[in-house]
Amino acid sequence: MNGFAHLPILPVVLPLFAGITLLMLRNVPLALQRGVSLVATLALVPLAIALVQAAGDGTQLVYQLGNWVAPYGIVLVVDRLAAWLLLTTALLAVFALLYAIHGSDTQGRHFHALFQLQLFGLNGAFLTGDLFNLFVFFEILLLASYGLLLHGGGRQRVKAGLHFVVINLVGSTLFLFAVGTLYGVTGTLNMADLAVKLAATPPDNLALVQSAGLLLFAVFALKAALLPLYLWLPAAYAHTSAPVAALFAIMTKVGAYSILRVYTLMFGDAAGPVANLLDPWLAPLALATLTLGMLGAVAATALRQQVAYLVVASIGSLLLAFGLGTRDAIAAGLYYLPHSVFAAAALFLLADSIGRARGEFADRFDSGPEMPGARVLGGLFFVAAAAIAGLPPLSGFLGKFMLLKAALDSPLLPWVWSIVLVTGLLGMIALARSGSLLFYRTHSPHDAAALTPPSMAALAPVGGLLLLVAGLVIWAGPLSDYAHATATQLLQPQQYIEAVLGRTP
Amino acid sequence: MEAMIALVIGVLTAGGVFLALRGQTFPVVLGLTLMSYAVNLFLFVMGRLAIGVPPVISAAAEGYTDPLPQALVLTAIVISFGMTAFVIVLALKARAELGNDHVDGRHHDEDRHA
Repeated sequence: MNGFAHLPILPVVLPLFAGITLLMLRNVPLALQRGVSLVATLALVPLAIALVQAAGDGTQLVYQLGNWVAPYGIVLVVDRLAAWLLLTTALLAVFALLYAIHGSDTQGRHFHALFQLQLFGLNGAFLTGDLFNLFVFFEILLLASYGLLLHGGGRQRVKAGLHFVVINLVGSTLFLFAVGTLYGVTGTLNMADLAVKLAATPPDNLALVQSAGLLLFAVFALKAALLPLYLWLPAAYAHTSAPVAALFAIMTKVGAYSILRVYTLMFGDAAGPVANLLDPWLAPLALATLTLGMLGAVAATALRQQVAYLVVASIGSLLLAFGLGTRDAIAAGLYYLPHSVFAAAALFLLADSIGRARGEFADRFDSGPEMPGARVLGGLFFVAAAAIAGLPPLSGFLGKFMLLKAALDSPLLPWVWSIVLVTGLLGMIALARSGSLLFYRTHSPHDAAALTPPSMAALAPVGGLLLLVAGLVIWAGPLSDYAHATATQLLQPQQYIEAVLGRTP
Repeated sequence: MEAMIALVIGVLTAGGVFLALRGQTFPVVLGLTLMSYAVNLFLFVMGRLAIGVPPVISAAAEGYTDPLPQALVLTAIVISFGMTAFVIVLALKARAELGNDHVDGRHHDEDRHA
């Protein structure tokens, strides 16, 4: 620990203070606000890398707030999984912010403060080792996301935002019911302590604990946009501003992270009477989500809507991997996670540039004018589409390949293979159709002055995100080793429990 | 007393769910508020019902009531209060932007004809 003793709390504290500072700086010139926001976001990257290195050897860094010993105090825990997600979030945030400072942060006030508070909520949710604090961090990231989603206003945005807020408030209520039930039965909220107590659930309380566990699953499924709770996502993501949609690509993954964390730690193999609570539910629902998400992408009438459905489909693939539950499958999911985040974010940012370049046609799939800078836009679109559709040689292909290989021993094998392969084809068809519509079926513009050519500042973040996707392929060896080590660590929750409680359970 | 509290929570939740499923934003906001009341009561009761016993250590105490749910419920109240304030403002903004208070932004007349 020594000099790095306070490292685990920095990713939470830094965006919080940056957010507060930005609130106080609301009357200073925008350039200064942008600078503060960018520096705070950039600083998260080396922090996350340091945490990945610290957690990479398999140790769990446990940070006891105020030195109160767990399970009485609140703990932050950095293990491989948390560090992996922190790094993904930090990298995504940098590029989303770089895109935002190019202009979309001027649509309304407090963009940067909300952005930092969103990062505060995200990082906290990944780090916390306490179920109630997970709720609190969920609320923080949601409240910031409400503000960001509505940023700039407008009819469609307000309507989508209202649905998003109401459904998430219902979700928060359910979360509290589940947390309250678990506390009433076990008398603790520390996740490691809960894991110990739940493994010894007396038969009298079994039904209570199971219903609380499944209620939690409903909440996380809502955040992750799993079928049948995904209906809020396409409208919300398609109508918000581009950098916000890009940042939101990680938000559904918070739900996926929570499912993975809670159901490997508290309801995993070692949980005795409540072991493997989720097995009958997760993989079939994920397969259905993948199918419907891809069908939505085929039926979409605008590019942003299509990308939003692709996000739903990627959640399907991700939770399918987690639902299969073996070491290889979870590793495949963890490798696929940053890929799907970066690729979806790149497409959201690109869709915005394409929309600007087409003037009044925006990103609708209608035959429109020829875009200025169509070659660059088209090239980037081709790479991003190939990435998200899972074509070789990009990382989507590797992730899906690992997933298909991991499904070989599963009883769901025929379902997994047929659905993953068919939806892969559907995704390719959908993206090929939108690409040819947007770039080939064009006429010469009536009023070329109304079309905004893409600027370098807008395309650089897209390129950066695609370079990250390429990086996932170039360093596929070490990264998939890390993902495998993470999966191994997750399937041995005893280590986590010992690290947090400081004793053998 | 347990049955009474359980009944209260049940009625609040049922009313909240019913109202939250209505088509206008005002009943929806009321429904969300009722649900948050229900869950706050529920959290509070999860520390078990005890009358006249202190939540903090004292030499004279015969028993204790669990202080943690009280802390949790405070947090939950603050969060749900903030959220309710936010959703009210949002509902007003939606009323202004969409021209009516339907959650989908539609008009009653059109709905009746549809």
